[in-house]
Amino acid sequence: MTTTQNTPARSLAFLRQIAGGLTTLAITLLGLLLVTFFIGRVVPIDPVLSIVGERATAAQYEAARVALGLDQPLWKQFGIYVLDAVQGDLGTSIRTGAPIIGEIARYFPATLELATLGTIIGVIVGVPAGVLAATRPGSLADQVVRLVGLMGYSMPVFWLGLIGLLVFYGHLDWVGGPGRLDPVYEMMLEFSMTQYTGAILIDTALNGAWEVFANALSHIVLPAGILGYVSMAYISRMTRSFMMNELGQEYITTARVKGMPEWRVIWVHAMKNVMVPLITVIALSYAYLLEGSVLTETIFAWPGLGSYITDALFTADMPAVLGGTIVVGVVFVTLNMASDILYRLVDPRART
Amino acid sequence: MSLLEVENLRVTFSTETGPVEAVRGVSFQLGRERLGIVGESGSGKTMTGRAVLRLIRPPGKIQTDRMIFDGQDLSKASERDMRALRGRRIAMVMQDPKYSLNPVMRVGDQLTEGLRQRDRLGAAEARKKALAALEAVQIRDPERVMDAYPHELSGGMGQRVMIAMMLIPEPDLLIADEPTSALDVTVQAEVLSILDGLVRERGMGLIFISHDLRLVARFCDRVLVMYKGRVVEELVARDLMAAQHPYTRGLLNCLPRIGGSRAPLPGLDRTGTWAND
Amino acid sequence: MTRMTQWLTDPNPTSRHQARIGQVWLAWIRLRRNPLAITGLTIILILFAMAAFAPLFATQDPTTQDLTQRLLPPGTRGHWLGTDDFGRDIWSRIVHGARITLYIVALVALTAPALGLLIGTVAGYFGGLVDTTLMRITDIFLAFPRLILALALVAVLGPGIFNAVLAIALTAWPPYARVARAETLTVRSSDYIAAVRLQGAGSARIIWGHVMPMCLPSVIIRVTLDMAGVILIAAGLGFLGLGAQPPLPEWGLMISSGRKFLFEQWWVATMPGLAIFIVSLGFNLLGDGLRDVLDPRSAAR
Repeated sequence: MTTTQNTPARSLAFLRQIAGGLTTLAITLLGLLLVTFFIGRVVPIDPVLSIVGERATAAQYEAARVALGLDQPLWKQFGIYVLDAVQGDLGTSIRTGAPIIGEIARYFPATLELATLGTIIGVIVGVPAGVLAATRPGSLADQVVRLVGLMGYSMPVFWLGLIGLLVFYGHLDWVGGPGRLDPVYEMMLEFSMTQYTGAILIDTALNGAWEVFANALSHIVLPAGILGYVSMAYISRMTRSFMMNELGQEYITTARVKGMPEWRVIWVHAMKNVMVPLITVIALSYAYLLEGSVLTETIFAWPGLGSYITDALFTADMPAVLGGTIVVGVVFVTLNMASDILYRLVDPRART
Repeated sequence: MSLLEVENLRVTFSTETGPVEAVRGVSFQLGRERLGIVGESGSGKTMTGRAVLRLIRPPGKIQTDRMIFDGQDLSKASERDMRALRGRRIAMVMQDPKYSLNPVMRVGDQLTEGLRQRDRLGAAEARKKALAALEAVQIRDPERVMDAYPHELSGGMGQRVMIAMMLIPEPDLLIADEPTSALDVTVQAEVLSILDGLVRERGMGLIFISHDLRLVARFCDRVLVMYKGRVVEELVARDLMAAQHPYTRGLLNCLPRIGGSRAPLPGLDRTGTWAND
Repeated sequence: MTRMTQWLTDPNPTSRHQARIGQVWLAWIRLRRNPLAITGLTIILILFAMAAFAPLFATQDPTTQDLTQRLLPPGTRGHWLGTDDFGRDIWSRIVHGARITLYIVALVALTAPALGLLIGTVAGYFGGLVDTTLMRITDIFLAFPRLILALALVAVLGPGIFNAVLAIALTAWPPYARVARAETLTVRSSDYIAAVRLQGAGSARIIWGHVMPMCLPSVIIRVTLDMAGVILIAAGLGFLGLGAQPPLPEWGLMISSGRKFLFEQWWVATMPGLAIFIVSLGFNLLGDGLRDVLDPRSAAR
């Protein structure tokens, strides 16, 4: 008689899957570094020249070249590149001369705060909207959800940002303008508060500085709302399609035969199954928002990773551009991995 | 007094190419007895079963002159009343436990759900009842099965869980829709005898839907033969072999028999007028 | 006409040709019933018309500057969408910009799916080590955020339309490879492939002649669905100044040039954005409808 497997064996299999996942992660990251390394080598800007300057002698030039390790064979250079990257050394910025990883660490929390809030909005609105559409296929509600979703897919996010600023800041004055805070509050944040996380909403709340919190909220609500709309478009569509699929399954009939009310059939029986693929979708949309923040941040003068990369781009600071690319890539891969693990935790079938 | 009385039941699906009638005017009565419904796939037998529970989803529609269950007209009952009936008095066992059990809920949670949600029982008491129900379907290690997920059970085990789950509220009527056809032959007999025992013991009405004529003849008191959404013949089970209708005869003739002739089994002859309307 | 329809809907087609055209006909009938998809199709047809006959639609030359006519609001006589900071007519620039958008879309639609199809079918057909290697590479490219990789590539290649297309194509192929591989895996072991192999056909011939055609439908749906994304990324690159260069009337670039006057002369940035929105909505509506019609698995009844 087949029954449950014993628990130790099951968790061992789970660990083995995680180990396999980590190997994949390592290979993917290595590939990521290979691509950025390659891009860095074919770049038409001479990294040596940008350090020593135009008027350096041949000897000075050569010395700098050796110091950068550029006299080594290519595969060795790549080895050094990988070793450095693993230790968190992504090189130095040409623009500022500071280590790139430190700069990114300062810029990243702003992006993370924005994308997280955007995803939260996307989930809170998108999941119920998708469920509503799935339970009444063909109805007006379904059509509206579908059209609003498709519109979200079709809008250039930077344009939506500009329109948002024009309407809600320029005309209605409902929200704060560009930046994370009004300049006055920025000083307060800088000098009189402990910054625990770098996420202003959390930091000000922890400090009990509710006035600053309110100001930060008025600044973040528009960009986060716009990212949230983009994410909602994706999440509601996927939720609808997963939910339709689950509602056609036989176990749903079973739940109805048991006399369960419709809300329980949908939100407990079907939702538990919808959650399984939806986790991947939410992780994907989160990653997508991190990327979408590049354009949003330039619109809202948001001092995040996106602004960092575009600023570096315009000053031809290639190490900084590639450093930023690597960081976003690592976040992407990690999110994928995390959603994979979560997926296994939610779906008992994937664990054995 | 009859438990269920169905008159002129129709199930229609509107599709792109116009309405399709899956059940076309089926009438029958059922006491506390075992009624078999047989027919090939697409004959409307499953839809008939589900229509009694009013579980046909749009674009399907149910129409009927009368559908009286224990004095209550199901065709006029509110959705709320239907839910109360479904939970307590009419139950259904479906074909394949692989699909009919929720794959991401523990068996125990699915078994106790009705008790806890509908009957507002405490966790411990509900669990005790669920364990008893599992024992009643002859599961030897109910504790372990309670904590398992459906995919960790074999087909036979899954179907026993399903039967246990449906019989917990002690319904008056059980609809069994091909309850054994997804199971291995060796397990089929076992599950059937469990089902048979429980139905007899508790004296409930049973609608047994199957494509297997002999099984139905052995297991039921009365048999409806369905074809293309209509009842073509109604028989007392022991007279099945003496069936008159050409369709029923046809179905019987394509069953192999030990000691019968070794000539190829005949196909169904659908040339009669009965086959075309 | 009726005989034509009869031929098209014949349940017993006499040739493969007829069967295939009949399938297309059925798909078209189903598509026709979806008003949103037809709206999308109409938008795209208008886009094509505008690009093909730009001088007819445009009321002015898109690049002629007239500083006396700067920043005129919409509704001004002769400039119904207004003018930009160089006094150029915004409507005419949008009309001519349709050409650039279509150019980008067409180039990406030809290159990225071709690359993906090649990699996917080869990986799926040969399996084993080839498959593992190719799919690993695909995964690495999928792991990259598309826009940021495109940014980095353009930064290296230098700004310009062609480089933007190259960067977008290089980041867009992995999903096609996935789709093509999945399709290949399903046809690889089928009997007719075995039959072709028994006739002595080589791998290249089987992949080119028998596997790729089977993958095409799903790839084409995917392309339609992806085109909106391509338009958005291209516009994004243009907006950042990394795609088309001034004075080209590329829509993203036009938005970025209108940014300076956003609060005073809102139309300069708004109008080209509307154009991007409408066109990518058109592609999305059509793609969505096509998927419903051609892919019954994800059909939303």
